[in-house]
Amino acid sequence: MKTGSGRYDVCIVGAGVCGANIARRLSAYELDVVLVDKYADVSFGVSKGNSGIIHGGFHHGRQHLKARLEIQGAMMFDRLRQELDFPFKRCGIVVAAFHEDEMRAIEQLYMQGVDNGVIGIEMCSRERMLELEPKLNPDVLGGLWVPGGGIVEPYRFVFSLVESARKNGVELLTDFKVSAAARSGDEWTVRAEDGRSIKARYVVNAAGLFADEVSAVFGAEEFAIKARKGEYYLLDRLSKARTERVVFPVPTSVSKGMLVIPTVEGTVLIGPTADMVDDKGDAATTREHLEKILSSARAMIPAISENDVITSFAGLRPTLGDDFYIEMSKKVPAFAQVAGIQSPGLTASPAIGEYVKDLLKKAGLKLKEKVDYDPFVGKRPHVKDLSPYEVDQLAAADPAYANMVCRCEKVSEAEIVEAVRAGHTTLDGIKYFTRAQMGRCQGGFCTYKIMKIIMRETGLSYSDITKNGGESRMLKDEL
Amino acid sequence: MKELTYDAVVIGGGAAGMAAARELDAAGCSCAIVEREERLGGILGQCIHNGFGLIEFNEELTGPEFAERMEERVRGTGVAVYTGATVMEVDAAPEIKSLFCYSASFGVIRLNARAIVLAMGCRERNRGNIRIPGDRPAGVYTAGLAQRLVNIEGFVPGRNVVVIGSGDIGLIMARRMSWIGCKVHAVVEILPYPSGLTRNIVQCLHDFGIPLYLSHLTTRIIGRERVEGVEITPIENGALMHEKSFVIPCDTVLLSVGLVPENELSKDAGVELNPMTNGPVVDSMLMTSVPGVFACGNVLHVHDLVDYVVEEAKRAGANVARWLKGERPQAEARIKAGPNVRYVAPSRADPSRDNKIYLRSLVVKNEASLEIRVNNRVVRTVKKAHIQPSEMLSVDLSRADLATCSGSPDPTVEIALA
Ligand SMILES: Cc1cc2nc3c(=O)[nH]c(=O)nc-3n(C[C@H](O)[C@H](O)[C@H](O)COP(=O)(O)OP(=O)(O)OC[C@H]3O[C@@H](n4cnc5c(N)ncnc54)[C@H](O)[C@@H]3O)c2cc1C
Ligand SMILES: Cc1cc2nc3c(=O)[nH]c(=O)nc-3n(C[C@H](O)[C@H](O)[C@H](O)COP(=O)(O)OP(=O)(O)OC[C@H]3O[C@@H](n4cnc5c(N)ncnc54)[C@H](O)[C@@H]3O)c2cc1C
Repeated sequence: MKTGSGRYDVCIVGAGVCGANIARRLSAYELDVVLVDKYADVSFGVSKGNSGIIHGGFHHGRQHLKARLEIQGAMMFDRLRQELDFPFKRCGIVVAAFHEDEMRAIEQLYMQGVDNGVIGIEMCSRERMLELEPKLNPDVLGGLWVPGGGIVEPYRFVFSLVESARKNGVELLTDFKVSAAARSGDEWTVRAEDGRSIKARYVVNAAGLFADEVSAVFGAEEFAIKARKGEYYLLDRLSKARTERVVFPVPTSVSKGMLVIPTVEGTVLIGPTADMVDDKGDAATTREHLEKILSSARAMIPAISENDVITSFAGLRPTLGDDFYIEMSKKVPAFAQVAGIQSPGLTASPAIGEYVKDLLKKAGLKLKEKVDYDPFVGKRPHVKDLSPYEVDQLAAADPAYANMVCRCEKVSEAEIVEAVRAGHTTLDGIKYFTRAQMGRCQGGFCTYKIMKIIMRETGLSYSDITKNGGESRMLKDEL
Repeated sequence: MKELTYDAVVIGGGAAGMAAARELDAAGCSCAIVEREERLGGILGQCIHNGFGLIEFNEELTGPEFAERMEERVRGTGVAVYTGATVMEVDAAPEIKSLFCYSASFGVIRLNARAIVLAMGCRERNRGNIRIPGDRPAGVYTAGLAQRLVNIEGFVPGRNVVVIGSGDIGLIMARRMSWIGCKVHAVVEILPYPSGLTRNIVQCLHDFGIPLYLSHLTTRIIGRERVEGVEITPIENGALMHEKSFVIPCDTVLLSVGLVPENELSKDAGVELNPMTNGPVVDSMLMTSVPGVFACGNVLHVHDLVDYVVEEAKRAGANVARWLKGERPQAEARIKAGPNVRYVAPSRADPSRDNKIYLRSLVVKNEASLEIRVNNRVVRTVKKAHIQPSEMLSVDLSRADLATCSGSPDPTVEIALA
């Protein structure tokens, strides 16, 4: 591997969950691959702000590419988890119906699921629903049960994928905003806004919300990605509203509705809304929508209380028609489009990695398996999951494991240092990697400690400490 | 794993923890303080302003000075002090309780004790708790975190500041930021009256010409990367006047929107909490629902003045010593929050002794009166020149006040404000 040579076989634009899966899949072959992203860290785009659900394969019919990839992708998660050690759990999904006509819709979903080959899907009576999810509003009439549905921490999934890809030779370039491209001979020259450039024989456009802009930069197909915003509330891990299952309402024609999601890490997420916005940088939350979320979620799970809210956030779905657009460009050579990846993009992403690998192969990319490909990343200890006796043993080798930095999520100094050394040097990057600042005090106690660790480990000055890169500087001056 | 045994272990080395430990030691009990930070003192360490100690030391001290005085009282005694050590797990078994303490200097140790004193203080409510919508840029800080950054770490979080909430920490930070050359554009308060102490409104806002917007809600935070402004909307007759919204440009938002007792450890140990205070329910000895586990200071209920924290904590320490010697309260009376009272702490009184009760009002009023009612009969009335929710009140419930308790099977004391 010729690090920094600037010449690659494949350049993947966008280090979201799609780009990360594609990069990792290609890292199994004798190829020089570079993954670039405009942000300071990976998974800072659509892939950080979503519901984190591994869907059940019953929402869409098989005529859609997205449904086929969803079903295939969902089945790949057990193995991926073993290899990559990210938080994932098959807690199951229930869809709750509260009216007779909703029960008819449930029947439709059930038949679609059976047709898609969903394992274990069943229709449920009221009694069965309350047994599966005792926190449901007792007014429930019945519903659907999909035991294979699950939850994942999306950014941790991306971090693990990228770590694995890098371990197998993929190069990562952050703060690399692709802004110009030219083809000469059998190579693309890809330029970043800051003047850096690289060359690659193949390019994959996995730029999420901005796949339309990237396509234009390469002179490929013209299309417009529109953003549909989804707002959420996050509830404390001690909330009485924590469910056992992901709870869905009966979906409408435009969205899967507002859900109650017991996250893998123990908190509860409620949302999302679904509203088109004109500005693709607009991830602001609004008062009206947040009120709507609380009331919809409470209709399903009455124990939800606004007193348990610890934060709110929003994500933007990159929409382009009603299906994924994954194919080789018909306009320019050696350019793969991976666009319009809205929900169930996270679920489908491992299958997208597979699919894009096959597309590139058909387009002439030679795939020769690496003999030394290692699909595993090392497991990292998390103090939160260990007994005091285990922590004592760890601390004997590295005392920083017994120095607690984030009290709410129980994160030690050693874990923060690991995050920094793995390249996560912004406060948000560390938050997504370690969960520090993600709990009930939202960083009130640990932010200054984390900033000091970043400065100590990286030698950055206080003025370079950012929330998530760019101009999101935390401190303005020194006394 | 190393194990050590004490009569009592105090969790938290702020004003409350130090005062309780020192009483325990004075009463001949062996005890230890476990403090997460490298230094004792808790929140006092970052409060470099004056206004501490008028009651306890009869002079006006800064926070660090007050902490130092308290620390001197502890240092000369037999109290074992573990700093840089966090209590991560409590096993509150009936006889011997265990605490697991994590520290970079000694790994994990297990402390065994017959009694535990909870003195973990409180944390600040944040943006999520009050659900301010809008963008999520850098530059939104809780006031206490900003205070820490400025006063201890030596960093300036921002130059153009809007403070949300008129709690004392916010007011003090408005002044502090002005002193270091920042421009504080406004303090915004949702209620029609300020929630900080009057002296702080005068000394921190009026003296610096900082406008206070009462009955105004922060409806949006604006800024993609760093804060660029906040949208403020007036409230008239309980309704948001959206057409009168305006934006104040700024690069920093400081939130001073209340404190919450830090009771996650207590919950894990099975301690029952009072939803009005978010602190434990305690009896006349300041003992929680778990026998042998006591609480004092801001973890019990949020105090405005450190002097009251110390007063309460001393009592807690002395009570723990009595409890360790086998004393148990007899025939306690229940104390209820009556009309216009938000909460009372503790929740029980001992009719055979004098009791100190703390409470907060639900109303703002001049020339108010506080009534003590025992079994629905008024036994005493106390005049209060001024009451408001942000100023904690206290009342002594003497043995004489409680004389009529004996003889009734379930004596009840009600505290009312009018
Ligand atoms: C509210 C919401 C809820 C969702 N819930 C679920 C769910 O529960 N389950 C599920 O399966 N799916 C869900 N999804 C869908 C899922 O999140 C997305 O499909 C997936 O994250 C898309 O990943 P991506 O890699 O295509 O895009 P992104 O994660 O956005 O990655 C694209 C990357 O490209 C980079 N980029 C853009 N332009 C450039 C440039 N010019 N140069 C360099 N880099 C560039 C961006 O910085 C970004 O990091 C949800 C989506 C939303 C918004
Ligand atoms: C900004 C501000 C301004 C104030 N101004 C004034 C004033 O002008 N005058 C006045 O009289 N009062 C003032 N007060 C109030 C007074 O200072 C506090 O109420 C008092 O100091 C609280 O003491 P405490 O011991 O209960 O809590 P804290 O001081 O918060 O101490 C709690 C300690 O417990 C530790 N701890 C918590 N959990 C653990 C654990 N699991 N393991 C180990 N350690 C743990 C914490 O690190 C902390 O040191 C002010 C308070 C603040 C926040």
